[in-house]
Amino acid sequence: MARVSIPTDQNDAAVEESDSTPPQQMIETEDEENKSLTKKIKDLEICVPIAYGTISFWLGKKATETQSHMWTVYVRGATNEDLSAVIKKVVFQLHPSFSNARRVVESPPFELTERGWGEFEIAISIFFHNDVCDKQLDLFHPLKLYSEAEHGPLSTKKPVIVESYDEIIFPNPSDKFLARVHNHPSVIVPRLPPTLNLPHAPMDDTRRGDTKDHPHGQWFNRFSEADELLKLAEARQQVQNHIVKLKRRLSMLEG
Amino acid sequence: MDAKDILGLPKISLPVSQEKKSRPQKDSQRKPDGISREVYALTGGVAPLMPSIDVNQLKKRQQQPENEKITWEWLSFTNSARKDDLKLYHWVRVVNGTPPSGDYSFAKYNKYVDVIKYTDEEYEKHLTDPSWTKEETDQLFDLCERFDLRFVVIADRFPSTRSVEELKNRYYSVSRAILIARAPSPADVSGHPLVKEPYNISQEIDRKRALSMVLSQTKQQERKDAEILSEAKKIMESRMAAKAAQDAELAVTSNTSPEGMEKTTAPVETASPSNIQATSGVAPLMSMADNAAAAAASLRMLRVYLRTYALDQMVQAASSSAGLRTIKRVEQFLQELKVNLKPKVPTKAVCAEHLELRKEILTLLNLQKLLQSKEEGSSHREGSYTETPDTPKRGIDQDRSFIPDSVSFGERVGKRDQKRKW
Repeated sequence: MARVSIPTDQNDAAVEESDSTPPQQMIETEDEENKSLTKKIKDLEICVPIAYGTISFWLGKKATETQSHMWTVYVRGATNEDLSAVIKKVVFQLHPSFSNARRVVESPPFELTERGWGEFEIAISIFFHNDVCDKQLDLFHPLKLYSEAEHGPLSTKKPVIVESYDEIIFPNPSDKFLARVHNHPSVIVPRLPPTLNLPHAPMDDTRRGDTKDHPHGQWFNRFSEADELLKLAEARQQVQNHIVKLKRRLSMLEG
Repeated sequence: MDAKDILGLPKISLPVSQEKKSRPQKDSQRKPDGISREVYALTGGVAPLMPSIDVNQLKKRQQQPENEKITWEWLSFTNSARKDDLKLYHWVRVVNGTPPSGDYSFAKYNKYVDVIKYTDEEYEKHLTDPSWTKEETDQLFDLCERFDLRFVVIADRFPSTRSVEELKNRYYSVSRAILIARAPSPADVSGHPLVKEPYNISQEIDRKRALSMVLSQTKQQERKDAEILSEAKKIMESRMAAKAAQDAELAVTSNTSPEGMEKTTAPVETASPSNIQATSGVAPLMSMADNAAAAAASLRMLRVYLRTYALDQMVQAASSSAGLRTIKRVEQFLQELKVNLKPKVPTKAVCAEHLELRKEILTLLNLQKLLQSKEEGSSHREGSYTETPDTPKRGIDQDRSFIPDSVSFGERVGKRDQKRKW
């Protein structure tokens, strides 16, 4: 084993603005026309940041044996934007002891509130509009009713909230989809090359489906990537220092 | 020898007579009415607590004998199913002197098939057939009536040798022709099964031949057939999968290296086009760059996926050349650096940084290993074990401090099991 080179991520094939990925070759238009019959724009990723999880309140005096907590499982935009431009419906699969364990929510806000006593894993299936994607996306989230902290007194005011941040990526969005959402706040679209001619698509502003005024909004996490980026940068710096030291030692040995 | 004699105890006479008295009492107690003693003993000697069968459900005995006088008489009877007037005798239950009325009870079972009867004119007009003479047709119909359309018997009785299918064909086509001819309008009979689905002689012959072949197959033949069928199924499935892969390949961009292209067809074929699939069908011989290319290409193949999933794939691709222990060490390193193993806020930038960090840690570990082996090698060559092992080891220990040799943290990879806590 001679030298180990750090490979660059040559094949991140998205037209991006961010600094971490290297600049990308563009597909020539003739290639694009030859390749696919459906009109898909190559190398453009559409990214939809979401937050999904559960929030549960102890019912206190009103709690019964079978219904000690009231909980809500939801899928929301990470910045509380309206997801209905992308999502057609969300199906929550509950524990079989619930009646109609398969709950379908077809309009925003994509959430489901129930009462119960037990914790279980909820399967969340997200279905997108026809021009977005015809495959569903499946997530899993365990419902937490009791906080991890000591068996302290349960409070009816403070809920137990567990959220996960994630981003839904559409690597090959269709023209229609792109046209519809490229200005929508719930979607992150990379900078489009100026040559692209998008068909005009009307924006549906009539119904408000965002969760900015959600009743439980005060408990929602505000996910910021800044902390993590900072940590990662520090870590990388440390590792790189070590590598430099080791390389020096290695060259001393060999030299 | 009585035990009491041995012990020297006096025999007490009074209890003996008491026993005798109590025994007959017990016996009469034990034997209930209406049921023999042995049967009663089957239930354990005690009456059942609850009656198991409701008495009302049992058939009731007829109460009539109380009101009427029943006699049995040897009387004659007629059978409407017979064409002659034969009178036979049998026992009849006579109630109050009047014999029962009604037909012989078995006459209703004499059923006939409605075989069509045609006139000579009709024959001339509709039913002539080159291979059948009028006599033959008449004979056929006569036999059909006599034997209730049991064609096997009819074929046997038929004067000239005709197969069952031929006879059936002739019978059904004649009936059909007559039916259509006699109907006031074609629409009336179009619902009749004879008109709707006519007898197809060639089909019948083939069907019967095939059936007999299947029945007479030997065990070997059966096994061979089953094998061929399963192979055909496999070929069909692989053909369909290849078609799906072909459709997916159209979307692949020209950026992937030729190697990556070949490798992606394998994952696409094995993985169905859904999103929760592991595409770890990559050959271990490929270098890291090709791994990344393959992973990226397979991601692009999906219609939609989660960023966390994409990160997992890239991490797997990057560490595919590393062993399990190395991966564990990478994770320990990350924990020492206070970095989450799975980023809490997986945005594009965060994921990219995370991936780069992991790769750099891998590099670091590899370098350490390299250094260690080089230094061990050189120390062996020089032959001085006391001196050289100390100095380089100290350096390594400094670096090693970041990697605790103690308990490795077992990471709980997200388990997808359902549990209900209480």
